[in-house]
Amino acid sequence: MHVALGTDGDPGLVEAAEQAGVAFVTISGQSGIDAGVRAAFLSRRTAGIGLVPQLQAAVTEPFHLATQLASLDHASGGRGGWLVGADDDPGRFAAVGQPALTGNDLSAEVGDVIDVARLLWDSWEDDAIVRDTTTGRFLDADRVHHVNFTGARFTIAGPLITPRPPQGQLPVVGADTLGVTARLDVALIDATTVDEITGRAVRARRNGAALVFAEVTGPPPDLLDRLAGVVDGVLLHAVTGADLPAAVAAIGPLPPARTIPRGTPARATPRETPDRGGQEGNPVRGTLREVLGLARPANRHATAGL
Amino acid sequence: MLHLGVFFTGVGPQLIWTAPDFADHTHIDTFVATARTLERGLFDAFFLGEGLRVRENRGRVFDLDVAGRPDAITQLAALAAVTSKIGLVATQNTTYNYPADLAHRLASLDVLSGGRAGWNIVTTDNAWTGENFRHGGWLAHERRYQRAAAFVETAKALWAGETVDRHDDLIDVTARLDVTARPVLFQAGDSDGGRELAARHADVVFSANTAFDKAVAYAADLTERLARHGRTRDELRILPGAQVVLGDTPAAAREKADWILREQITGPRAIAFLEQYWGKDPSGYDPDGPLPDIEPADGELDPSRGTLSIEHRTGKLERIAAWRARGLSIRELVVDVQPRHNVFVGTPGQIADEWARYLRSGAVDGFNIVPQLLPGTVEDVVDKLVPALQDRGLYRTAYTGSTLREHLELPS
Repeated sequence: MHVALGTDGDPGLVEAAEQAGVAFVTISGQSGIDAGVRAAFLSRRTAGIGLVPQLQAAVTEPFHLATQLASLDHASGGRGGWLVGADDDPGRFAAVGQPALTGNDLSAEVGDVIDVARLLWDSWEDDAIVRDTTTGRFLDADRVHHVNFTGARFTIAGPLITPRPPQGQLPVVGADTLGVTARLDVALIDATTVDEITGRAVRARRNGAALVFAEVTGPPPDLLDRLAGVVDGVLLHAVTGADLPAAVAAIGPLPPARTIPRGTPARATPRETPDRGGQEGNPVRGTLREVLGLARPANRHATAGL
Repeated sequence: MLHLGVFFTGVGPQLIWTAPDFADHTHIDTFVATARTLERGLFDAFFLGEGLRVRENRGRVFDLDVAGRPDAITQLAALAAVTSKIGLVATQNTTYNYPADLAHRLASLDVLSGGRAGWNIVTTDNAWTGENFRHGGWLAHERRYQRAAAFVETAKALWAGETVDRHDDLIDVTARLDVTARPVLFQAGDSDGGRELAARHADVVFSANTAFDKAVAYAADLTERLARHGRTRDELRILPGAQVVLGDTPAAAREKADWILREQITGPRAIAFLEQYWGKDPSGYDPDGPLPDIEPADGELDPSRGTLSIEHRTGKLERIAAWRARGLSIRELVVDVQPRHNVFVGTPGQIADEWARYLRSGAVDGFNIVPQLLPGTVEDVVDKLVPALQDRGLYRTAYTGSTLREHLELPS
């Protein structure tokens, strides 16, 4: 099983999680620092762990959100993800001068924001930058697309200002209670009994979630043994750096790691082997999609055989 | 002392992507290498530009110039982790951001970087850009600086730890931040509204007035405006944008500058420049031949090719008539009229002497260098021009502070 860790972005805890072989950390905004900005900072302090900030879908500009996450993926060499925030606290809406949304209206808005983020991440095809000196063309304009998205509450023309993220699509992580399970790469189930987790995991898979994780608070209790085969991983909360190695060992095997060799020069690397950031001594484990066993999606605009 | 920054635009014709050693300007490694080189050169600041829609040419993505840039604050937060001194300045728009959200992100960058964040405040009224945002093109042209001023006041109050509860037709926010911060405020607009915003709020102006006489006049104007707001010239740093072309001899520098200009104004780019004014396809015309004999389309310029300066928003037909009277080829005309940052061409000693003259005049406090070559311009400036400036006692030989405010010698 995969192990993920819920954090507020504390660098010491994130580095401990990386050393312990945690697949990804989620980053809340509870420290007072914006979770996306914190994740970007951590992208160059780590090299082998996924960085999944919680960004609120309904109270940010969807275009900025998609750009920020794509940029995180570029900065981290393909280790970015998005924990979908769907807070219905009226204070969050008042901060941006928007009418508060709850229930089905909020679910619909969150779904629209996920949809447009995914469209924007595909708005540049992988080979859109051609640098053709014979024609003078930097871009192939046929491979950079408007998205022309119309949602219930906003429209976006696109394309993104940022080239396609290294992972193609960042893994989208969110609770199975948001009403957007079909759009998630990782559905999170927050429940305390094996029976309830099992039932909701079956439903989440049926609804289209690629992976299902159980959220567990504190050091992993015995129930973890009984979750094997039920969920694909666990998202641990309230585990300290000191308790992490034991917790990870109790849950599952680590993905294979190599270490950034000492003396690695800080120089440009070709696109095929993205620099994943980090300092000497950091373990390297591939992109977050690779670690989770998720294929890199083809671009929806890519034309087969051309 | 001279203060230096580099402005990494990320779009437009200035950056020469055809150079054989072009460093991929969208790759994180290029940003990391640039920031580290500038830190080695004891620069005050590394700036990122912003444009919230990919440039187009009559409805199609414009394909001749570099394009593709990251979210500025995200990228600078990554750079904060691998640098320790250099200031990190994000250009961010006041029209298509929420004040509490942007203030929070800038404060986060300031905290994580240890006081090295800056915000280059820009505005737009451009509805075409607005098509990427919830509000769309909501702000009338003449109100964009009112919104900017209200936005900056809101951000400053939030950074000071105050609760902001403001609801009018420019700002609608009830918020409080959990962190306090004080990013350095940059301002780049040259219109009357832009200058007023600078005089009221800016710590630094990224000025377009680089030619010596214009720089002197601009400084005099700003000094008067500052006084009206109870501020003095010493509370503001003036850093005009500048291109730099260095050579070992004056002739070598001139030769390189000519090459750079030829690469920047290629035949296809010259044609595309005219297309923006004609509003029709002039691709059948020879860039080294006379201007098109077809009549331009009605209507003023389309903003989708990038921000238009105030004087180019109207009077298109009169401008084209004047161009025709000059008898130049398409390319010669575009070389002459396409707006670009002032170019300083010479040996390191020549440019250092010229910048000493600027500094003595009091009109500028330094320059924001806009590279044409990556990594060439940045490495040349750090390895050749910086030592020449140091030899003349015009430039620091070590960082003495750790925050951007300290580097700029701004009042604490």
